[in-house]
Amino acid sequence: MAESTLTRRGRRGPLTYVLRVLVLVYLLLLVAWPVSLIAQRALLPVDDPGGLGPFLERLTEPSTVYAFNLTLTVAFWAVLANTVFGVSISLLLVRYRFWGRRALSVLVDLPLSVSPVVVGLALVLAYSSTRGWFGDALGSVGVQVVFSTPGLVLATAFVSLPLVVREVVPVLEEIGTDAEQAARSLGANGRQTFWRITLPSIKWAVLYGVVLTAARSLGEFGAVKIVSQGAEFNGETATLLVQNEYGAFNEPAAYAVALVLVLISIIALVVVTYLRPKEDRA
Amino acid sequence: MSTPTLAATAPGSGPAGGPGAPQRGRRRPRGVEALTPAAGLGLGVAMLWFSLLVLLPLTAVVVTALEGGWGTFVDVVAEPDTRAALLLTITEALGVAVVNVVVGTVIAWVLVRDDFPGKRVLEVVIDVPFALPTIVAGLVLLSLYGPRSPIGVNVVGTREGIFLALLFVTLPFVVRTVQPVLIELDADVEEAAASLGASPATILRRIVLPSLAPAITAGASLAFARAISEFGSLVLIAGNVPGETEVASLRILKFIEGDRYASAAAVAFILLLVSALVIATLDVVSRRVARRG
Repeated sequence: MAESTLTRRGRRGPLTYVLRVLVLVYLLLLVAWPVSLIAQRALLPVDDPGGLGPFLERLTEPSTVYAFNLTLTVAFWAVLANTVFGVSISLLLVRYRFWGRRALSVLVDLPLSVSPVVVGLALVLAYSSTRGWFGDALGSVGVQVVFSTPGLVLATAFVSLPLVVREVVPVLEEIGTDAEQAARSLGANGRQTFWRITLPSIKWAVLYGVVLTAARSLGEFGAVKIVSQGAEFNGETATLLVQNEYGAFNEPAAYAVALVLVLISIIALVVVTYLRPKEDRA
Repeated sequence: MSTPTLAATAPGSGPAGGPGAPQRGRRRPRGVEALTPAAGLGLGVAMLWFSLLVLLPLTAVVVTALEGGWGTFVDVVAEPDTRAALLLTITEALGVAVVNVVVGTVIAWVLVRDDFPGKRVLEVVIDVPFALPTIVAGLVLLSLYGPRSPIGVNVVGTREGIFLALLFVTLPFVVRTVQPVLIELDADVEEAAASLGASPATILRRIVLPSLAPAITAGASLAFARAISEFGSLVLIAGNVPGETEVASLRILKFIEGDRYASAAAVAFILLLVSALVIATLDVVSRRVARRG
């Protein structure tokens, strides 16, 4: 391996090539080949009519349209909540000092390490109308959280909570406060400083955070599975539909929806990878 | 996407002496201030939302797990099927972490030190497992390694299948934590060692690996934590035969579906403890790295 340390100077040992081939084979077998097969399975199912027509037909089934609608609605609210929360908490963590700040910055990362099933369970134990801590209180004002759309939004917002914060905090630390202080000294108030100075300089980080949050929200499965009825036209999101259709031996429909989800996530990934300014990647 | 745990202690935030340690006696970075009333209000609202969304529900899990007393907790965990599920999950996660330590480091090495056409595409391929919805990740693997596999391999319902799915979803962790450290690592030091007669094995052991160790540890812990809690990609692949191929998260699902919420919470509590342990480890590792750097 150390032989290849000299590659920067143009010398390459045989080990370099061995490692390169090993890595390529590993990634081909684990990721590239299976992912590309999804397209084949979606467009040319084994026992069912193939081609673009049937593929689009499967995607325009009323239950599929309902599932995508629900997924988009839930993702919209989750992204909105997490963007507002993410930008505020990032500003607080970087620009202010207060008791518990360090603990908070660790806690904010917590949702990424919690199993999606546990997230779902936690929300049920807190908000379910039959057994949740706040079930009675919510029921008395006529709000049902678990097994309805608000529960889906909470579950989705929970799992994608830290994504905006993680993008924005490093940038806020990087840009420092010179421009903000200059603005203040020239008489700008807090709101003007935020909208005219701070936000423009973190807008790309916020955008990446939003893209990551949206991708994660559209694809969330585990937490949503626990807090949703998950039945056709009744809380069945796109990811739940993939599982239900596969379980019902309707593979072509499962693969069709899966291909759409794959394309969305790869587009999000390419946007974040290629549009990120070069200096961030160094 | 995968390294901010280390970035969280980047220079600006500074190594505080612990949660809420007093900042007196240390100069604050310029422009960083104590809470203004408006910022305090913002903090209050943000904390309220965070508590309702995250802290209270997680507390509900812990309380439900423990409210029957220590005895019921132990009983649930001692059930043969639950114990088998926990054991299987931890064994598989450890194995996946070990494979990732080796393979992830090699991949990071190739990405940083090697150069060939199409390397940029590889960067995207590495992140695909993070980007894919987990249920879709399971389906993706089934298209090559499931029933009707074009290469005649079917891993559905086997422990190898679980391992494969976990390898898939944890692929980016070690790669993405080691890569930035390797970029920073000065190749001149390695060349100096080589010119002084050190063998490649010595250079690897004495110079390269010690610098990468914290990053590898961090990446492996993240991969381990993810593998412990993985659910979506295993739903279609693991056979869920109790005692054989049922992992902890699927065991929780079974408890929930059987209306045994206390048992579900008990298993969930163990997963939460493991996550907390990993976060604590990472915090220590990243602080050590920050101090050194």
